[in-house]
Amino acid sequence: MIGYIVRRLMLAIVVLLGVTVISFVLMNLVASGPQLALAIIGPKANPATIHAFILEYGLNHPLPVRYASFLWQLLHGNLGFSYRLNQSVDSIIAAELPKDVLLVGSAFVLAVFVAIPIGMTQAIRRNRAFDYTATGVSFVLYSMPSYALGLLLIAGLSVSTHILPPEAPQATTIGGIISDPAGLVLPVTTLTLINYALFSRYVRSSSLDTLANDYIRTARAKGLSTIFVVYRHVLRNSLIPVTTLIGLSFPAVITAGLVVEYLFNFPGLGLTYFNAAQNLDYPVELGITILIGVATVVGNLLADISYAILDPRVRYS
Amino acid sequence: MSSAATPVQAAAAVPAGTVAMPEGGEAGGVGGAWSLVFHAFAENRLALAGVALIALIALFCFLGPLVYHTDQLHTNLFATNEAPSGAHPLGTDELGFDILGRLMVGGQSALEVGLAVALCATGIGVVYGTIAGYLGGLIDAVMMRIVDVILAIPTIFLFIFLATIFRPTLVLLILVLSSLSWLTTARLVRAEALALRPREFVEAVRLVGGRAPRIIGRHLVPNSIGTIVVNATFQVADAILVLAVLTFLGFALPPPAVTWGGMLSDGTNFLYDGYWWQVYPALVMIVLTVVAFNFVGDGLRDSLDVRLRRR
Repeated sequence: MIGYIVRRLMLAIVVLLGVTVISFVLMNLVASGPQLALAIIGPKANPATIHAFILEYGLNHPLPVRYASFLWQLLHGNLGFSYRLNQSVDSIIAAELPKDVLLVGSAFVLAVFVAIPIGMTQAIRRNRAFDYTATGVSFVLYSMPSYALGLLLIAGLSVSTHILPPEAPQATTIGGIISDPAGLVLPVTTLTLINYALFSRYVRSSSLDTLANDYIRTARAKGLSTIFVVYRHVLRNSLIPVTTLIGLSFPAVITAGLVVEYLFNFPGLGLTYFNAAQNLDYPVELGITILIGVATVVGNLLADISYAILDPRVRYS
Repeated sequence: MSSAATPVQAAAAVPAGTVAMPEGGEAGGVGGAWSLVFHAFAENRLALAGVALIALIALFCFLGPLVYHTDQLHTNLFATNEAPSGAHPLGTDELGFDILGRLMVGGQSALEVGLAVALCATGIGVVYGTIAGYLGGLIDAVMMRIVDVILAIPTIFLFIFLATIFRPTLVLLILVLSSLSWLTTARLVRAEALALRPREFVEAVRLVGGRAPRIIGRHLVPNSIGTIVVNATFQVADAILVLAVLTFLGFALPPPAVTWGGMLSDGTNFLYDGYWWQVYPALVMIVLTVVAFNFVGDGLRDSLDVRLRRR
């Protein structure tokens, strides 16, 4: 077991190194040297400022040297300095990340807690009206472009009825955002529904698999009540694969988060990344990409390890 | 040619036996991988409904313009933002284009991109996955770590990055979308190849002198066809969705091109004016198309008993 975890950790480190290589090379191949400096400095650029910019960001060195120094700085927790925002990438991420944890995190948790009971009820009442309705709803949610769902909610709850504001809170600090809960309702709801559509399918099919087991029939044959069987046997066993699948769906959750941030103008990492891409602010793009790569790899790692811990039948040599 | 009961065939034989089908004592008349897919298909109503829906949408998009003539090239500023009427069944947009006609043209690019991406991505993924699975060992480890690395970066971030560098054209969009969509296919196919490689019939081919290309092309790929087809179907749906999302984020095909995603995001600008006909038709078309392909994928997966999880 410990050997398995160590092996998985080593693999994760290799993958993370790969993530830094690919994203660094991609973002440095596109634009570098004078053209990049010209694009960043703008119409007031002159040979002296261009030269200064190139020296300041070390763009005069060959790519491998730049990667090595980037990696060295990264290992010291330094992600570089923005071309545009006069801020270190670290401080940008430190300012934006809590807001994302709030938005994406709360939607994630809500979705899990909605998907588990509904998905399990669907499995227990398989092929009845409730199952068909819930499957239909998650199918449509799943088949909608993520922003369209937010648009529908805005159209229904803001434009026509004025119940909720169509824009996310615009405060720059997390405290300011929390103090405006009305603005958070629509973005969090949108993201919750998108994630719910993804998760409820996992819960339903996993519960169906569990229900087909002999020990469920045994438990029922013993005369245990349905509630007891569901709670003690079905719930626990069907959550094992669900944990893994949810851990693996991390990139999808982050992707939906980016789109929702853009749609509701929520000032988080996704929107920052989007704006950085528009402004050729490669250090910020690179920093956020690597952060998300780390989050994904750690998510997968936790999913795998939790699978080994939760299910005593799983043995890794 | 291949051994009596490959996993796909065995799996298909089980539902064929359980479903009440009086004619047909033998297990489903297996004639080959494709006829297997076909049989599995015909048994599944959801998949059939999906196919029917796709056929209808394709007819609407490609034959529709021959029946219902509209001008989607020249703006008509005397007829902007008109509500649905006899002349324009679904109204007009901000530039006076007829929305019904525009839906047809927009659907063409959605279907073209979706199918082309699924084809390319499946092709790359199958070749990559079978080679990694067949060769195994160090090469497999390196090849799959590369897949892990690219999968660790959510594709939308790469898309946004790439879209700021390239000016989108239809071909380029297809290439970029495919180059980032083959990873799941590669993983699934590699797992199949790993499972098939030690089987007796593969050993037998090797014993009689069959080389790697023959084993991969004639045995590993045909025996993984269920997984490949199911996954390709989901990829069409995903590509149509990603295309719509990218368009919404501003990385759209330049003007003469029409996309459903573009119609939807253009219509969004008029949400407050109550021009509902500019928003909902395109949305309904996207959802219908994606639902149809997902129906086919789900139906095929159930029939072929393919075990795969969507990301």
